[in-house]
Amino acid sequence: MTDQKRRDKRNVDVWLTGTEEPGWLVDSTDEGAQKMAAHETAGRLLDQEGLVVGDDRVLDEDVAPEDELMIINMGPQHPSTHGVLRLNIELEGEIIRRSKPIIGYLHTGMEKTGEELTWLQGPTNVTRMDYLAPFHNELAYSLAVEKLLGIDLPPRALAIRILMTELNRVSSHLVALATNGMDIGALSMMLYGFRDRERILAFFEKTTGLRMNHNYIRPGGVAADLPPDWQDDIEFILDKVPPRILEYEDLLKANPIWMGRTLDVGVITLEECLAYSVTGPTLRAAGSGWDLRKAFPYSGIENYHFEVPVGERGDVYDRYRVRVEEIWQSLSIVKQAAESMPEGDYKTDDRKVAPPPRARIDESMEALIHHFKIYTEGFQVPEGEVYVAIESPRGELGAYLVSDGGSRPLRMHMRTPSFANLQGLPVMMADSLIADTVATIASLDPVLGDVDR
Amino acid sequence: MTDDQVVEVQEEETPPRTLPDQAVLRAVAEQFDDIEWILSSGQDVFILPKDLVLDVVQAAKDAGFELLADLTVTDYFRGRSPRFELVINLLSMQHRLRLRLRAPVPVDDVQVPSVVGVYPGANFYEREAFDLFGLVFDGHPDLTRILMPDEWEGHPLRKDFGMGSVPVQFKDSHQVQ
Repeated sequence: MTDQKRRDKRNVDVWLTGTEEPGWLVDSTDEGAQKMAAHETAGRLLDQEGLVVGDDRVLDEDVAPEDELMIINMGPQHPSTHGVLRLNIELEGEIIRRSKPIIGYLHTGMEKTGEELTWLQGPTNVTRMDYLAPFHNELAYSLAVEKLLGIDLPPRALAIRILMTELNRVSSHLVALATNGMDIGALSMMLYGFRDRERILAFFEKTTGLRMNHNYIRPGGVAADLPPDWQDDIEFILDKVPPRILEYEDLLKANPIWMGRTLDVGVITLEECLAYSVTGPTLRAAGSGWDLRKAFPYSGIENYHFEVPVGERGDVYDRYRVRVEEIWQSLSIVKQAAESMPEGDYKTDDRKVAPPPRARIDESMEALIHHFKIYTEGFQVPEGEVYVAIESPRGELGAYLVSDGGSRPLRMHMRTPSFANLQGLPVMMADSLIADTVATIASLDPVLGDVDR
Repeated sequence: MTDDQVVEVQEEETPPRTLPDQAVLRAVAEQFDDIEWILSSGQDVFILPKDLVLDVVQAAKDAGFELLADLTVTDYFRGRSPRFELVINLLSMQHRLRLRLRAPVPVDDVQVPSVVGVYPGANFYEREAFDLFGLVFDGHPDLTRILMPDEWEGHPLRKDFGMGSVPVQFKDSHQVQ
């Protein structure tokens, strides 16, 4: 075709059938647009129609005839995937045969960043991983650093840490209840849950300056003492939140719609939990009494009285029950911590680790030097490696730190519970209805910042 | 002269192998000659050659370590040879014990046995270790990138992978004369 003819063709709107030049693609005309593009290979067509799948997953031909299976993608922008979780779901009719979580959409290289920050800057980084339970991240990291340093903390610092982390567990579980309700359709539960969480976050803001990502628990203690009238605030929370939770119990506990959507849905057995490294409320709902606060007590949690709620069936309903019971237990710990809060320092007096009080800098040369060294070079941590785990609202949250004796970690790895718990999701969802997917995801309570780090 | 001098070579007795105190850990350690037991910050650590990883993990599971808590890699780069170290954290709920396995991995031979057959929960962790450190797990069913994009080149958590940075522009900043 010459250039002149090509130009003519562009100008002519109407073509009479049969008068096209040889080589003219009928697919590019209006009537051809309904077809798949002809240059696609046969294999690619099968792929587009969902009959075969690409690299991401491999179909098992034994399950069903090919034309009865459908692959759908859920996420990463789906509102019920709690962030940027993407699920590849293989459907046979309405039944999920297999599924695969695809993650990494929120990966920001926090472990790499952690190697560039000093030990004191570390909590700023890790607190952003599980953004619903920031205190737990900071606590796991700080405990690991302190274990490497071999320092002990004053009792008030330990008690403040317990007070804050347990309050954080309440606020995190309230979000879990709220989003669980929202996904199933109990929209009022969503509003109630976030409302009560806000009461707790207000206290966090008063104490730490921020609603989330506090950077409050640091190696050597906590960043600041509790505000002067903190007891009134705790009393306010303990006054206002428990009656609300009783209300939510009335709302959901025996609600036939709620029970219909959650009972025997998303079941995972104890053996499957152990095999897939699933911990936290999901493991306890499956019948294990495993709680790191009891098994490997940290930060003086062994001095408080609380119980570990255990479920039986391992379904969505039991996970909901376990979370509600844990809220009660955590509120009880908060009450005990507030009543028995010891007086004294809120951080260690080891001046090589914790900066001196501001007033001392004006009068002491040594304090000035310590202050300068900590905030420029950072303190040095003896060579070694350590793994410390705590019970976060989602399960075992561990910090694996390696030090080469410098002021920055050689390796900072966080064992985040949501990452491991996601492996249990295909187990829960196998052979269940597609409509139960969102209920199952919500009951697992994944935080994608915690998964992707 | 030198002929008269007889150098007596005294054979040094190799010190007896120290074994962990806990019976559970000792039962695992005694099955393998190449396991070295140390205490790191008061925590039990087995150091073992990488070829033994699968066998030791299986033995540990049989001894009562039900849960694989964590699997990760440390890159010592120039600080140590071999450069990488595979770190596996095991948890025994019935004995309330933790055990850490550390297996050095040289950079020119990054093949390590996969433990997915023993603990299915190692799946994501081994994919993460492959993705971020480039360790290749033999026998892993789906060894693909998990956190980084599929087309990413390199393994970001290696020490010789640059941090990368974006220069920050301060538009109206004060010019220093």
